[in-house]
Amino acid sequence: MYTRSLLGFAVTLTLALSARVAFAQTPNLGKPISPADIAAWDINVLPDGSGLPPGSGTPADGARIYAAKCSACHGPEGKGGVNGRLVGGDPIKIIDAEKTIANFWPFATTLFDYIRRAMPWPKPRSLTNEEVYALTAYILSLNKLIGENDAMNAQTLPKVRMPNQDGFIVRFPDRTP
Amino acid sequence: MTMTPSDRAERELKNLEAVAGNGLLHRRAFLRGGAALAGAMTGYTLVPSASGQQLADDAWSLVPGVTVPDYGTRSRFEKNVVRTLSNPKGEPRTQHARTPHHLLNGTFTPNGLHFVISHAGDPDIDPDKHRLVIHGLVKQPLVFTLDALARYPMVSRMAFVECGGNSAPLFSLEPIQASVQALHGLVSCAEWTGVPLSTLLDEAGIDPKAKWIVVEGGDPPHVSRSVPLAKAMDDAMIALYQNGERIMPGNGYPMRLLLPGWEGNMNTKWVRRIQLTEGPGMTFYEARTYAPVLPGGKAYRFYFIQEVKSFITHPSPGLALKGPGFYEISGIAYSGTGRIAKVMVSADGGKSWAQAALQQPVLNKAFTRFRVPWRWDGGPAVLQSRAWDEAGYEQPTRAQLVAARGETTRVPAVTGFPSQHYNAVTSWSIERGGEVKHVYA
Ligand code: HEC
Repeated sequence: MYTRSLLGFAVTLTLALSARVAFAQTPNLGKPISPADIAAWDINVLPDGSGLPPGSGTPADGARIYAAKCSACHGPEGKGGVNGRLVGGDPIKIIDAEKTIANFWPFATTLFDYIRRAMPWPKPRSLTNEEVYALTAYILSLNKLIGENDAMNAQTLPKVRMPNQDGFIVRFPDRTP
Repeated sequence: MTMTPSDRAERELKNLEAVAGNGLLHRRAFLRGGAALAGAMTGYTLVPSASGQQLADDAWSLVPGVTVPDYGTRSRFEKNVVRTLSNPKGEPRTQHARTPHHLLNGTFTPNGLHFVISHAGDPDIDPDKHRLVIHGLVKQPLVFTLDALARYPMVSRMAFVECGGNSAPLFSLEPIQASVQALHGLVSCAEWTGVPLSTLLDEAGIDPKAKWIVVEGGDPPHVSRSVPLAKAMDDAMIALYQNGERIMPGNGYPMRLLLPGWEGNMNTKWVRRIQLTEGPGMTFYEARTYAPVLPGGKAYRFYFIQEVKSFITHPSPGLALKGPGFYEISGIAYSGTGRIAKVMVSADGGKSWAQAALQQPVLNKAFTRFRVPWRWDGGPAVLQSRAWDEAGYEQPTRAQLVAARGETTRVPAVTGFPSQHYNAVTSWSIERGGEVKHVYA
């Protein structure tokens, strides 16, 4: 948090104007790379759904995969175990409230992106895209954010409305010097 | 009657005017008081050496010493100067290693003591196989090897890196008794050397539609954050060296993104990919984790800047005072919005303040060491520091911060993160016996 006196204002402007060092000639030692060669790393999924791969998965498919690959840490049906729960969560009223998918996450696309890049914790990047869709569908349906037969894919996932989507105050860029 | 040097020093000290309550002396008291005073200020030289103990050559000076090692490590007597680990067995959860600020001095953090947060352990990266890809809204996607980057024009700068969750225990409704390491150990400062990111982005050719970069690490969770392109083009760096040697594995070996002054988690370690995009990715860490909840339940999104902050490291909990006398109060100040302009120190819980001396050079977005001489009379005292930066930002008091950001409803674990971005004043209470406690004042 900050408080600020008027005195510093002029200094901020000076900072903002400080130009970056520009090299007239740069080495150009990067090698061109084709989208096909980047594909295995090209895993960002944005809120508008860009980056979502082909494929589809249902909550029922997800339940089976979840039991085999996730429940040891996150508990049966996502209720929590040695690691955090993936279902439920009271509305957030206090600063130290538990953040959950249902009470906090603003975008469903983040769930797909995060499971695909980071889970299961001991074996990240081991899931197929179909499996990630299915697990995403399963977790969303456990949280009653989609119907229990709703398939998740590149068209349906970005349309899922998360309860806390409007629960944020954007701080950038007001504090960028 | 003849006067010994220590008598003289004592007299000079008595004549010194305190500049603030409870014994705070002028920041240049050392310089003004001269050598005798400087000697006295260490606190212990005033005691006359009446023991009559005679000096003798020490055993280690009478035999050849150990062979010089090819990679130096500190003395075996310094073994207790270590980071504290939140997850020493590497269980499946995040690991934190905190910097022992109370056992260090100066402004650089030695590489082995730089704080680390690792979400799934430190990857064991082969530098010859590591790649950095730049793609997305660019004219030509590019891939860089470490060898290639090592041939680029480089820049060096000091910069602190601070976890957005550093100091989070101070959100507790009651002060948690813990060391400065436990409370503020998730910030460190190093000299970073590497290639300006703007050079690499320019080479790839930035599409005018691009406004963000989404940056990803080559660690197991492939930690990913979105950074405004403006910051990437300003002072961002692909850092290859940390305090002169290659980056430590825990700090991103062989390369990391450095975003001076911005939230630690955004300074992507083990960086392997940068995608230029129109909008932010809303990744796990920005959409969920580093979005501090405000009183009432809304949360801040994109709290990028580590705001102006300071805390006293000497004395601090665990470093008890050894009787009344003279001490140097010293600590660290830094700001994500520029150089430190001023640090004020109080010994009476904020009633009166003395201006601290700032160790030169004072660098942009780097640690600044501040120091104030102090005469402790043995009575209760509450030490505080408060910093200002050149952009005019002022470190808030705890009351100001809590009014805006709230506090917890119960006492959290000292290793917990009830919220983030705590930069308010820290208070240390000096008890009668010299013990130092964490208090809210
Ligand atoms: C070995 C234990 C382990 C296994 C197995 C595991 N996870 Fe996790 N999971 C974790 C840990 C640890 C975290 C927290 C990571 C962090 O914050 O850096 C986590 C976090 C998550 C989160 C974010 C939760 C939140 O609200 O913050 C999701 C979603 C998730 N895991 C899904 C899965 C799925 C799906 C699987 C199965 C494919 C899985 N996990 C398997 C350990 C595990």
